[in-house]
Amino acid sequence: MVDIRHGTGEQIGPAEVEDVELYHPHSWWTRYVFSQDAKIIAVQYASTAIAIGMVALVLSWLMRLQLGFPGAFAFIDAERYYQFITMHGMIMVIYLLTALFLGGFGNYLIPLMLGARDMVFPYANMLSYWLYLLAVLVLVASFFAPGGPTGAGWTLYPPQAVMSGTPGGNDWGIVLMLSSLILFVIGFTMGGLNYVVTVLQGRTRGMTLMRMPLTVWGIFTATVMALLAFPALFVACVMMLFDRILGTSFFMPAIVEMGEQLQHGGGSPILFQHLFWFFGHPEVYIVALPAFGIVSDLISTHARKNIFGYRMMVWAIVIIGALSFIVWAHHMYVSGMNPYFGFFFATTTLIIAVPTAIKVYNWVLTLWRGDIHLSLPMLFALAFIVTFVNGGLTGLFLGNVVVDVPLSDTMFVVAHFHMVMGVAPILVIFGAIYHWYPKITGRMLNEAMGQLHFWVTFVGAYLIFFPMHYLGLIGMPRRYYEMGETAFVPASAHTLNEFITIMALIVGAAQIVFLFNLIWSIRHGREAGGNPWRATTLEWQTPETPPRHGNWKELPVVYRWPYDYSVPGAAEDFIPQNQPGATSHAPEGAS
Amino acid sequence: MNVTLAFLAVIFAIAGWWLSRQRLFSKPWLEVGHAHDLRPHDRPPMAPAKIGLGVFLAVVAALFSLFISAYFMRMASTDWWSTPMPKILWLNTAILALGSLLLHAARATADQHRDEASRTALIAALATGLAFLAGQVFAWRELTDAGFVLADNPANSFFYMISGMHGLHILGGLIALTRVIVKTRAGPMGEKAVLSITLCATYWHFMLAVWLVLFALFSGWANDFVELCRSLLT
Amino acid sequence: MAVVVVLVLVAVGSVLFHLLSPWWWTPIASNWNYIDNTLIITFWITGVVFVAVVLFMAYCVLRFRHRPGNRAAYEPENRKLEGWLAGGTTLGVAAMLTPGLFVWHQFVTVPDGAAEVEVVGQQWLWSFRLPGADGKLGTSETRDITPENSLGLNRNDAAALDDVVIEGGELHLEVGKPVKMLLRSVDVLHDFYVPEFRAKMDMVPGMVTYFWLTPTRTGTFEVLCAELCGTGHPQMRGTVIVDNAADYQTWLSQQTTFQQLQAKAGTKETAQAGNAAPAQ
Repeated sequence: MVDIRHGTGEQIGPAEVEDVELYHPHSWWTRYVFSQDAKIIAVQYASTAIAIGMVALVLSWLMRLQLGFPGAFAFIDAERYYQFITMHGMIMVIYLLTALFLGGFGNYLIPLMLGARDMVFPYANMLSYWLYLLAVLVLVASFFAPGGPTGAGWTLYPPQAVMSGTPGGNDWGIVLMLSSLILFVIGFTMGGLNYVVTVLQGRTRGMTLMRMPLTVWGIFTATVMALLAFPALFVACVMMLFDRILGTSFFMPAIVEMGEQLQHGGGSPILFQHLFWFFGHPEVYIVALPAFGIVSDLISTHARKNIFGYRMMVWAIVIIGALSFIVWAHHMYVSGMNPYFGFFFATTTLIIAVPTAIKVYNWVLTLWRGDIHLSLPMLFALAFIVTFVNGGLTGLFLGNVVVDVPLSDTMFVVAHFHMVMGVAPILVIFGAIYHWYPKITGRMLNEAMGQLHFWVTFVGAYLIFFPMHYLGLIGMPRRYYEMGETAFVPASAHTLNEFITIMALIVGAAQIVFLFNLIWSIRHGREAGGNPWRATTLEWQTPETPPRHGNWKELPVVYRWPYDYSVPGAAEDFIPQNQPGATSHAPEGAS
Repeated sequence: MNVTLAFLAVIFAIAGWWLSRQRLFSKPWLEVGHAHDLRPHDRPPMAPAKIGLGVFLAVVAALFSLFISAYFMRMASTDWWSTPMPKILWLNTAILALGSLLLHAARATADQHRDEASRTALIAALATGLAFLAGQVFAWRELTDAGFVLADNPANSFFYMISGMHGLHILGGLIALTRVIVKTRAGPMGEKAVLSITLCATYWHFMLAVWLVLFALFSGWANDFVELCRSLLT
Repeated sequence: MAVVVVLVLVAVGSVLFHLLSPWWWTPIASNWNYIDNTLIITFWITGVVFVAVVLFMAYCVLRFRHRPGNRAAYEPENRKLEGWLAGGTTLGVAAMLTPGLFVWHQFVTVPDGAAEVEVVGQQWLWSFRLPGADGKLGTSETRDITPENSLGLNRNDAAALDDVVIEGGELHLEVGKPVKMLLRSVDVLHDFYVPEFRAKMDMVPGMVTYFWLTPTRTGTFEVLCAELCGTGHPQMRGTVIVDNAADYQTWLSQQTTFQQLQAKAGTKETAQAGNAAPAQ
């Protein structure tokens, strides 16, 4: 027999938790601009991230034009091409994905989902955003600096990144790039402290760790990882700035550049790669874990079914987070590091596939015997699973050291990471925006525009990146301004490149529809009401929509886990987390 | 990256210990009601600022452990000559330790409501902090005058960079300390003041510990220690 | 319903694309068909998983999509099922990893008696060096690089003097003979990449990296750089020609040694000095 443990004294006074002292804004400026309200900061983070993301989108168009139709656009010369790919990569990974998931969704959802009034350190939270904005401005400034932005590739590998053969290498480009990253890390640390401590200390009464929605689990774990991993990027950037400006030789060995001996000597380029990937690999999961968490909640809500295997999902998030710190050198199989490291890192990398696969199984098993509402968030969640499984599986090629050897540095790698950490998380971001927009604005996004946006984005992105793997299989290297005449590349591959470019332009255009929808629906969207998706989690139970500063009149008390959907015997197909009472459900599947 | 990995192992051990007390194996869907929240509600929870500082110090520790990892990895190269340590660093170390003691005293006296003694100790601690920074600048000048300039040798580069990074952290601490001094200047010291002073003291102890590790590293003792570990392992 | 159709199309279409599209790897020209085999195993395992997951999703959407009056089942977890799935995944991963590690062991174990060839990368040019009559490559140092000694060989090392130096020319290899490629760079990272050989490795200034292979068929192959090395990266091309033994020896005998190059440079220098003298 299963025993359902009920707490004693079901009805308790709501404010057993010490109320936080709230900052009270005095003017329009402190309310909407220099605001310390996590929800406003979230919107600021998200808008800035989307704005700079649009720049990166345009850059991707330009680089695709060059790849699809080499030479047709005279202004895209080799220097510019490398500047475009570098800025595109860096913006998308750091300034869009990381900032949007943690700064945007983290800020909006953590306090609301945990039943808190705000983040625990609102002032630091505000500073975090302004430092992020400064980092973005410094980054943008490099477009206007003499020599333009850096063209070193988003990995910024020295010695190349600080030498004259690379755009921005002996100009302002690389200096501004490194400075911007340093600012970003400092800003992120301030925000990250908030997210972590709010989860640790800000949870309302009854909100145990095992009652947190997986969204919060994902963002929390990702933040902890980011706090430990970003210092590596910081250290690498500081040391490279020293090499570039002060002439030290941390990463710079003896070099003859175009026949001229440089002053450096003895440094190790591999040292930079270790530092960079010690940050860079966790970074992949810093983006992925919030996506995992959010998509779990989207699927559960819109399939009206509890997430399958919640405990397993939590453990998998924690295990993936921990393991991701000991796999970094799988980005360096052909870097010239000690080849015997390959055995270790291939093994750890492939082990990480197991908890990741379990998450995928649990998502699709949540669909099984569900009541699937094909709303926009659900569509994006389904598309996420397809693209994530595809990109995750090609990760097994690249993680397996010997298979990586022919594929590394080819278009296969480009296709893989775009599918797994570009398309998949961005689809989650879209799904999440369609899901939470009604809470943020009080209105639904337009459905017709949303359908158009979804189909073009999903099908288009798949058509871009799935065939791209095969260009890599042929042997086409990445980061080539032009292939030129190369014997082993058949003419048909160039046709494929043209097709990919055209698809990229179409998919990019669909994002304009989305942006328009975002703005249009603020005024013209259908009124949403407080809980349009009939969801269980606390953010949908706020007294007002959009929630005011402070979120709650009285702090909610949590009585149950966040996935009480379609509980047998219950009148509705969902029971909010803050609803007391012992609805005796007979858990059939549980043993 | 061994130093960093060792540091991470410690962090993961702490996180694992904490997680193990969060009933991660419970079946939340079987538990309805609020009594499953095991957080004590008869006493106030730990101040978020204390936890925040703890997390921040973990980030700072990650930063320095990465610098130290880089130091050891770069050291393997053949062009490495150790930088001689100026004698004044011993004095600086003593001053930093004195600051730590003073902040400890400030905290203890504030706890006993001896506000004046606490204020004096705070200002003295601020003075030691400034003296430490001045001493570090003297040490740098002594080295540069002796010809050990930044870019000549990786050991020099690391010394200037890492001690500079430590100095920046001290500077940040001094700004926080100044804020605390200004805020507690008038009126009796309440719980809030004690908390602020405690945070400053913790930060100072931590930065002293970091400095001791760095000093050992630059002097080469850490190197001997690593060698010893290696010989014990093999 | 469109979702179901599209999901099925994605699964079936991806498989058909894989089978029918003309894009596949280049015909191999080295002993590393082991790598190709591991890749094929990985394709099979991952392909089955991909199709299974996507079709399962399509079925779920078809069967359990919302209709009025529907209610989802209540099933928090199923340890047995999760255990089986985790176990199956572990097996699948092991089936890919195990052959991978065996082949990697071969990859890092250079056979005794492999001939040594040095490849030197610089922006944006490939140079090559073969051991001379003594069968040994002499020492080199980036600091020693001068216009006359572009690879930085040690003039005082007897082993270096007879080394065959090929600046910016073609490299010839002998078919069927294992060769250890020693890789060096004088400026930035490069990567010696011949798609037909499958093997590749970064070249890092300040150190010597390596990989080995046995060419298995004769022919002319293009060398590309596979690590971003500046704006000239895509133009950094070279040629490797795999010869049979006789052709190889003929080619080798026509090459100049380091000593000969130095002598030539020396006479040129003296000649220049001689020409310049009257003008002063």
